[in-house]
Amino acid sequence: MKLNVSKITSLLAGVVFATSVAAETELTVYTAVEAEDLARYAATFNETNPDIKINWVRDSTGIITAKLLAERDNPQADVVWGLAATSLLLLKSEGMLEGYSPMGVEKLDAKFVDGDNPPAWVGMDAWVASVCYNTVEAEKAGLTPPTSWQDLTDPQYAGHLIMPNPNSSGTGFLDVSSWLQIFGEEGGWEYMDALHNNIARYTHSGSKPCKLAAAGEIPIGISFAFRGAKSKAAGAPLEIIVPSEGVGWDMEATAIVAGTANLEAAQKLVDFTVTLGANEMYNTGYAVVAYPGVAKPVEHFPEGLLDKMIDNDFEFAANNRAAILKEWQSRYDGKSDPK
Amino acid sequence: MTSPSTNISSMPPGPVIKSKLSRDDIIMRSGMIVIALYLVVTLAFPLYAMLSKSFSTYRFELSQYEMQVSDQDGVFDGAILNPVDLNVATGAYSDADLSAGSDSRLPVTQLFPDFSFRSPVMYQIRNAQPGGRFLVGSTLHDDAEWTTLDSNSFRRVQLRPVKSTGFDNFVNYFSTPALFNSIKNSLFIAVLSTVVTVTLAFWFAYALNRSCMRFKGVFRLIAMAPILVPSLLPGIALVYLFGNQGMLKELLFGASIYGPIGIVIGSVFFTFPHAFLIISTALAISDARLYEAASSLRATPWRTFWTVTIPGARYGLISASFVVFNLVITDFGLPKVIGGQFNVLAVDIYKQVIGQQNFEMGAVVSVVLIIPAIFAFALDRYVQSKQVAALSARSVPYQPNPNPKMDRIFLVYSSLVGLFIVGILAVCQFAALIKFWPYDLSLSLNNYQFDKMDGGGWGSYYNSIKLGLITAVVGTAVIFFGAYLVEKSKGFRVGRSLFQMIAMLPMAIPGMVLGLAYIFFFNNPSNPLNVIYGTMAILVISAVTHFYTVSHLTAVTALKQMDREFESVSASLKQPTLKLFSRVTVPVCMPAVLDISIYLFVNAMTTVSAVVFLYSPKTSLASIAVLNMDDAGDIAPAAAMGMMIFYTNAAARILHLIASKGILRRTQAWRAR
Amino acid sequence: MTQATASGELYLSISNLWKAFGEFLALKDISLDIHEGEFICFLGPSGCGKTTLLRAIAGLDLQTKGSVMQDGKDVSNLPPSERDFGIVFQSYALFPNLTIEKNIAFGLENTGRDKSEIAVRVHELLELVGLPEQGTKYPAQLSGGQQQRIALARAIATNPGLLLLDEPLSALDAKVRVHLRHEIKELQRKLGVTTVMVTHDQEEALTMADKIVVMNQGVIEQVGSPTEIYREPANLFVADFIGEMNQLPATARGKAGISIGADSDIVKSQTHHFSDGETIVAAIRPEDVIPHGNGTSAPDETDVIGDPENVFTVKLAEMEFLGSFWRCRLQNEYFGASELIADFSINAVRRFELEEGKDMVVELPQDRLMAFPRVEAN
Repeated sequence: MKLNVSKITSLLAGVVFATSVAAETELTVYTAVEAEDLARYAATFNETNPDIKINWVRDSTGIITAKLLAERDNPQADVVWGLAATSLLLLKSEGMLEGYSPMGVEKLDAKFVDGDNPPAWVGMDAWVASVCYNTVEAEKAGLTPPTSWQDLTDPQYAGHLIMPNPNSSGTGFLDVSSWLQIFGEEGGWEYMDALHNNIARYTHSGSKPCKLAAAGEIPIGISFAFRGAKSKAAGAPLEIIVPSEGVGWDMEATAIVAGTANLEAAQKLVDFTVTLGANEMYNTGYAVVAYPGVAKPVEHFPEGLLDKMIDNDFEFAANNRAAILKEWQSRYDGKSDPK
Repeated sequence: MTSPSTNISSMPPGPVIKSKLSRDDIIMRSGMIVIALYLVVTLAFPLYAMLSKSFSTYRFELSQYEMQVSDQDGVFDGAILNPVDLNVATGAYSDADLSAGSDSRLPVTQLFPDFSFRSPVMYQIRNAQPGGRFLVGSTLHDDAEWTTLDSNSFRRVQLRPVKSTGFDNFVNYFSTPALFNSIKNSLFIAVLSTVVTVTLAFWFAYALNRSCMRFKGVFRLIAMAPILVPSLLPGIALVYLFGNQGMLKELLFGASIYGPIGIVIGSVFFTFPHAFLIISTALAISDARLYEAASSLRATPWRTFWTVTIPGARYGLISASFVVFNLVITDFGLPKVIGGQFNVLAVDIYKQVIGQQNFEMGAVVSVVLIIPAIFAFALDRYVQSKQVAALSARSVPYQPNPNPKMDRIFLVYSSLVGLFIVGILAVCQFAALIKFWPYDLSLSLNNYQFDKMDGGGWGSYYNSIKLGLITAVVGTAVIFFGAYLVEKSKGFRVGRSLFQMIAMLPMAIPGMVLGLAYIFFFNNPSNPLNVIYGTMAILVISAVTHFYTVSHLTAVTALKQMDREFESVSASLKQPTLKLFSRVTVPVCMPAVLDISIYLFVNAMTTVSAVVFLYSPKTSLASIAVLNMDDAGDIAPAAAMGMMIFYTNAAARILHLIASKGILRRTQAWRAR
Repeated sequence: MTQATASGELYLSISNLWKAFGEFLALKDISLDIHEGEFICFLGPSGCGKTTLLRAIAGLDLQTKGSVMQDGKDVSNLPPSERDFGIVFQSYALFPNLTIEKNIAFGLENTGRDKSEIAVRVHELLELVGLPEQGTKYPAQLSGGQQQRIALARAIATNPGLLLLDEPLSALDAKVRVHLRHEIKELQRKLGVTTVMVTHDQEEALTMADKIVVMNQGVIEQVGSPTEIYREPANLFVADFIGEMNQLPATARGKAGISIGADSDIVKSQTHHFSDGETIVAAIRPEDVIPHGNGTSAPDETDVIGDPENVFTVKLAEMEFLGSFWRCRLQNEYFGASELIADFSINAVRRFELEEGKDMVVELPQDRLMAFPRVEAN
């Protein structure tokens, strides 16, 4: 019904403004990409598509996912650009994504493209878990740098550790799901039980632990590599540690929201997101991107990170998400950062 | 002497005379109906939607599916299996297992005890009834076609729950210790903050009303400053003061500021002006004659204090306590920023809704939160109605006498309180200007580059100003006109008292609850009003509605002071009531009108809770930006934005003062004899 | 109707008016006719329904039942704005933020008059109420009496057919009040506008009204000219409410006789309709008691006794000097516990050498001695 009305509206608008073809289309784009990158992404896109204006809705992964699911029956977004693949799988399972095969999708690493034809989503880059370690504060507290996930359960770190709440943070969830994959279901929960004893609190957003570590509020923040590199570049006394067991990762991906009134513009945007230029743009912050051969090393990025990325089972993560979060909440929620 | 019985039955039967409605009556009544409808649509309906949402549950309905299993060669014999029977046979899932959230999934292989993903057996599954949904991997199937799958793929089948109604959510809530615990936590911090704030505010008000200390004007100004900032701003200052890198960290002796300590200190800060105002009013009206009587009876100052001062101010103290209690228990920004692992109800709502998209549970927590809020509100109304009675007595205002020793003590005390308030604000401003706390203490304006942060950048700041202005203009117009109609129209008794009741309701509804209720009501595609969802309009509506009661009461108080017969005179002169309204009522009530508009502006600028669920990318707000930047760990920019709100509100207040003076000089010339 | 007021046409006719506030009946079956040009006062104790009746006439508070005809038109259910009246309230209800001129002009606007016409009319009205220089002031800058005159000017600005005054003088101090009484009455006579005034002040009613409507507990007790009301009260309530009235228990004896108390000698009274032996109340106003000497000195020849039957010897129990006369308390065995109050002129007291504690002779003249039915105390 709404669709029809908006279609008619856009048709009418098309008739009325037929003379001024350059009239702007506005796309509402939901994203979990770091705020400071958004202007750059939009600007790069507008170089080739000046007539499409992007209105960003940015929040942490969990919130954007929640927002999209809440708006299931009345979607407000046209495109999702830069949201965890795990989340996009959720949306796909709700039938909320419009399948589309963007121009040049075949050039991407197959791992980065949804299996369906046409694919419901296409990947952009991967973001990888890491540990941000404030050397100054750690020294004050007399800590030794950890090298593995297991190390973090050592009593010396008690109260010196912060990680994101998986209920609200995509980073938090990828940590949890990677531990469940690395240590097995039972071992994973045992590990988290031990880790929980050392955690000072759980934060709402995934980047906050690293920012808190950078600000010295806490010596160790479990976050992701990209954030750590940025804070390090900003002058924070950080060491970015890649735990030896391997690290969880998720990819950021793009999809068209089913029911969009601006399908054509949305497709143009998705076409752009798989181009070489776009992937080079992603590479500014992300060491791993979907377009093979593009990635150049990123400043302050920990070495050997790529080798430590686990073989992530996205379907496992998506289909067990509710159950994992429920279990996590019942075990640890008392210490969660409010939000 | 004729004196027929006063009994109503002596009146002859027959129809009662009904007034022919004048054009004015019709205008007034339709105006009132429109505004009452506004309140119903923006308050009653959303709250109802929320309440029904709290009873909306999800369940796996096994009866919605049908399955078939083939033999070892992959041939189906046509026998249709009902998962309900399978579950009874295998006992795979208990009833509690079938109770679900909106996002839950249920694998089906456990219904088949001899299932192996390596076996050559094939499976078929379909939805037996419309509305049934299942996934294969992440692909949704919601049609009635049979889907044929091999064993390995059948492993990937996940059932999806359907909606139902019941008390499950409440049962679930009260059986989840983490959630249930929040009730205790909320009450604890609310009570503690109330005791501390009311005590501090009482002595501060006492110093200002009952001593001859110097700088009273300055202190009064300082005491009101916290009203100009979002409630979460003191939380940010506390991080800088007492956080792990805090300047005064040692004062906490190892305790953590993240938790009840931080919440209580911050709550004292942001509720202080409210308590101060109420208590100050109560102290200001006390009767000097009582003190003269006490001193003529040679009562000691201590005895006079307990027998005259405290009883005289008791309604003020009680009222202030309820107001502070209500503010603290419904506040969300502060515990969000500084609460650490200490969960409270208001934050739980946010966590449930935003963090876990569990709207149903959010609605449940909202219902739980409304109860103490309404309770405190009702008691406060009751106490205030008593105080009005006390006020009407003619009394002689008390004039304090100089007492150098006491005045000095009060000056020191007031300075300490003032230092606390100014200190919090100063720390925020300082934090905003520091480049990289604590490693690079050079000054910079980097933290004002909001466009590089979460929260909507400078745009959100301008949006906030826009919201404040629209809310002030629209809200003042709607609320004042509504109050006028209710106060001054004739007849229509039932309608008017109903309107009064609805107008009191918003005060009892926490902002977050209202916001959540708006999601349920306005973001419903079948609601024709859903076009306003995600626009500035819904923010304005939510702000106007949330702050309706206080504004309405201000307007009613001003209108009650108008001569009751103005309308009669105007009608006898055959002049439209609206002419009277614009020529006389509005100009005479201009001070109240201006008060309402500045109240709405300041609150629209600072509120987080009423808008946190409702903003959209185009309508992101400064107060929300403070929240989100803090959330992303950008604490210094959050402080910077918070101070922008402070300066804006302070400027607005000054402008308001100048404008008031100007307008008053014009419209209130008659006041001068 | 003894008053010689030229009663014009029937202007306002109220019939069978009832007003109920919930279970309480404020007006009970009120019927009243008012003629054009009359000055009517509704007089009664507070809560008697007089203001309710006024507001019903104005349409401000609609009656529950009954009809109001104004100038031949049924206005029973019309809102105030569709009736034809001007009104002045006790509070004046002047618009505080408008100047005197603007207050008076308020009702003249939107009536097809242009600005200069309005200005002329406002000036005319200011002249009429005697405040020609005050037009640019604000109400708060005027005295209470001046404000009331402005309120009056505003009410008559549009030449309404009916002027309603709701306790217009009761907020003013005594001197101003007396002065304004005359002015209002004067003005009303000049304009000839039919006027209804509500008051609880009998003096006000007696001096201003052509016709007084005495009300009590929602009913009209009596309608009549001031002298009628005073001289011939229809019942004990009116008798008691207006002026002062001695009330003595008495018994009816014949058509024009009573005995004070139960068994005193028969005295002559106004004719009444009580049957012989019925217990009644005898009433006489204090100023109607005629003194006849102090009981020791014989009455001189100028002192003529009207009816010897009506002469009593009484004890002058107490004398109170009230300036222009003496108020005396008289006791007699027949009066029982109640005393007879009499007002004697200073001359009479001197002439008869009246002294406290002594006996004296008084006459209760027949034409001033009234008989009323006894009401059970309730």
